[in-house]
Amino acid sequence: MTAIDTGAIDQASSVWQLRWRRFRRHRTAMASLVLLAALLLFVAAAGPLAALQGLDPDATDLLSRYDSPSAAHWLGTDEAGRDELLRLMYGGQMSLLVGIIATLVGGTVGLAIGLAAGYAGGRIDALLMRTTDGIIALPLLPLLIVLGAVDLTKLGFSSQFAHSGAAGFWRIVVIIALVDWTAMARLVRAAALSMKERDFVQAARASGAGPLYIVFAHILPNVTTPIIVAGTLTIGRVILFESVLSFLGFGIVPPTPSWGNMLNNAQEFVTTDPGLAIYPGLLIFLTVIAVNFLGDGLQHAFDPRSER
Amino acid sequence: MSALVELDQVSAHFTVRGSGWFGGAKQVLRAVDAVSLAIGEGETLALVGESGSGKSTLGQMVAGLRAPTLGSLRFRGGPFATKAARRAIQLVFQDPFSALDPRMPVSSLIAEPLVIQGIGTQAERRTRAALLVEQVGLPRDSLNRYPHEFSGGQRQRIAIARALAPEPALIVADEPLSALDVSIQSQILNLLKSIQEERRLSYLFISHDLGVVNHLADRVAVLYLGKLVELAPRAELFARPSHPYTQALLDAVPRIGRARRRQVALSGEMPSPLAPPPGCVFHTRCPKAQAICRAEIPLLAPAPGRPDQLAACHFKE
Amino acid sequence: MLRFILRRTAQTFLVLLVMSFVIYSLIGLMPGDPIDVMIAGNPGVTPAMVAHLREIYGLDQPLPLRYWHWLMAALGGDLGFSRTHSQPVLEVLGPALAQTAKLMLTGWSLSVVLAFILGTLAALKPGGKLDAAIGLFTFAGISVPVFWLALILVLVFAVTLHWLPASGMAGIDDGGIVDQLRHLALPVLTLALANTGTFTRYVRAAMIETMRMDFIRTARAKGLSEPRIVIGHALRNALIPVVTIMALSFGTLFSGALVTETMFAQFGMGKMIYDAILGNDYNLALSGLLFATLVTLASNLAADLAYGWLDPRISLR
Repeated sequence: MTAIDTGAIDQASSVWQLRWRRFRRHRTAMASLVLLAALLLFVAAAGPLAALQGLDPDATDLLSRYDSPSAAHWLGTDEAGRDELLRLMYGGQMSLLVGIIATLVGGTVGLAIGLAAGYAGGRIDALLMRTTDGIIALPLLPLLIVLGAVDLTKLGFSSQFAHSGAAGFWRIVVIIALVDWTAMARLVRAAALSMKERDFVQAARASGAGPLYIVFAHILPNVTTPIIVAGTLTIGRVILFESVLSFLGFGIVPPTPSWGNMLNNAQEFVTTDPGLAIYPGLLIFLTVIAVNFLGDGLQHAFDPRSER
Repeated sequence: MSALVELDQVSAHFTVRGSGWFGGAKQVLRAVDAVSLAIGEGETLALVGESGSGKSTLGQMVAGLRAPTLGSLRFRGGPFATKAARRAIQLVFQDPFSALDPRMPVSSLIAEPLVIQGIGTQAERRTRAALLVEQVGLPRDSLNRYPHEFSGGQRQRIAIARALAPEPALIVADEPLSALDVSIQSQILNLLKSIQEERRLSYLFISHDLGVVNHLADRVAVLYLGKLVELAPRAELFARPSHPYTQALLDAVPRIGRARRRQVALSGEMPSPLAPPPGCVFHTRCPKAQAICRAEIPLLAPAPGRPDQLAACHFKE
Repeated sequence: MLRFILRRTAQTFLVLLVMSFVIYSLIGLMPGDPIDVMIAGNPGVTPAMVAHLREIYGLDQPLPLRYWHWLMAALGGDLGFSRTHSQPVLEVLGPALAQTAKLMLTGWSLSVVLAFILGTLAALKPGGKLDAAIGLFTFAGISVPVFWLALILVLVFAVTLHWLPASGMAGIDDGGIVDQLRHLALPVLTLALANTGTFTRYVRAAMIETMRMDFIRTARAKGLSEPRIVIGHALRNALIPVVTIMALSFGTLFSGALVTETMFAQFGMGKMIYDAILGNDYNLALSGLLFATLVTLASNLAADLAYGWLDPRISLR
């Protein structure tokens, strides 16, 4: 194997630069990146647009239900007379926020558990893996529903807090993270196990390095690639979870919009105003498919075979 | 003067769960069994044996990666599990492609032992890395590069530079040449020799290649199935091997243009370390085996007339 | 192997037991109170009567004790009474299970067939146009929210084309097989489409790997026609492991069924659990959830055992 870059001798051909080049070649992934950027702009425009139009996204107007698109309401109104476009934008903020934060929380938990199990090995590993396997084996949606139905006041929270929007948001983040960390844990554990035996880890140990040093200096940097790929794909999965839960009434509860709960009563208006049934789901679909393509592109870019 | 590293009846036993339908009883794998030897300052001790002999496990124990199940190790006459011992004993591996963290640039790789031991400031470490990189024969600009940009031989040089960084007294080299192309092997071998001469380093040189051992070693230790069967100065060992196993090993080395001295064919295969033969571990394959060999474990004792050469055989020559 | 089976089965029971406690506790955290629900709208109830009622139903006891009583009753076959259906829980579970089984089996079979067709077609020319198109379809399949897919299908087939009914189970006059099929069509289609994506990927990967193997090259050299090779040889080899993986996806399938049943007002396990939770029917919710857990765990166990049987490396652990 010879040095690859004979041209720029003093330039470090770092791993990340190689990856970016490979990623750029993956056209669907690049397109997805653009699509996601567009979606982010779309949801970010909610506040400014509301101010511009002078509208309150939560204001109901039962005299103007199911209105067609007009100058006042660019996409018409929904079943309670609220502006559909604004609700889509704010709903997007909620859905994306839950997606990202739940992924971060669940991912961190999974990372910690995977590292502990993979590096410590032995009894700790066995215990953690039994628990993980137990959770993986459960039917997810019924479990999420039961968790979502929990009455916070019975856990000691005040009634006011229990019914607030913040509680609803954090509840769904916690539930999803609680149930979704297993995929990350398994992945990280496998990576940690394979890293543990590598010679460079042994060399560090021979020089007197302790477990914490090894985990942070060697194992973590080497597992970032599978983590990033898995994390990206998790976001898609989490967005789908949130949408189902909100749709069934156990996630984000109205009046706060989320793409899922906007389809709450969709069966009622699928005949009167099909657009309302199409838009929120379409946005979920586009977001998730873009995220999945992005993850796929990242996976190809991080192909470890060319980086031995 | 106490030796640099002393091993006293050191054993490494692993418990293995049995196979079978209901899981058999636990068995003990004796990778290393009651080995005693010493490595002096500035000497190269070669550790020779076939795969399964336990030489790698022994090397791991000397490098501090594994604690012995029985027996003890001493560093300069004192305790072994100290920070100073870790600094003084460094390791070079067989597989250059696994020995370097692909995410770290060469400068960090070489300086890592210094970071772990807390030696020097960042600037000092960088300077030292630059010095070492040139001493192992690599260009200065290697410092900013990543392992995947280098060949096997070059990576091994980097690994050697890393081992030299904390100014060690002993380097445990576990088959450092085996994975390299033949033409590169001699380069690295010469590098190791010149480094030793400059710095008065000791080597524990683990190898199955007797040709290389002949080139580099001061003393040779021969392992079979975890037991030390012969320990002798290099010249004596090659001229007059005392233990039948050593004799067989030497006879197996092809020599161009010279007829074989004697035919000592070994019968059978190496037994499993899970079920070592009773008495002398070698008796199942030994052409000289007698009843006593099965009954009594031979101790390491000097060969007739050559007090420096120790062999564990009832019929040593 | 026997040890493996026993160990996995024991694990499954342990998880089920733990989950029964967890779910029992969670049900207790649901909004509302069994007593309040019972006395709802009854103005003549005094606090003394409420306390008395609590005593009778054992609701003043601590959680572990209540759980224990429930467990003992459940093991004896008594799962309690369903408040919303005015029937013993067991009598409600039976028909619901049958309905869900109908839906899931049909949906799963359709998915499998579609997946094998699409996956094989995609594997014939990896990287080609057909493969790319199918790839797009699979990505769409794993990215689409099931409930929205159901809505779209309803929009297309029921509202616009009027070919199929939008919901419900059978006509008022219980019009025989054709009517039942018409009502089953959209839910099955929804479920199938949602899962075909993942299954197709498995089949494609397995087929690509199988087609690369030497025995396929031999078959070609023998002069067999391509369709014969693909279907007779490659597909048959890829069949068992792939189907095993598909069986493992039972959990996801069940979640999809839950949503589909709710959307199409089909009275299966999913809708039963959902309604029970919304209606504070604690006994039914608890039993339904546990049953769903049991079935998922059992199918995972079956798949694990099949895997272990197929792959001799695993079964010897």
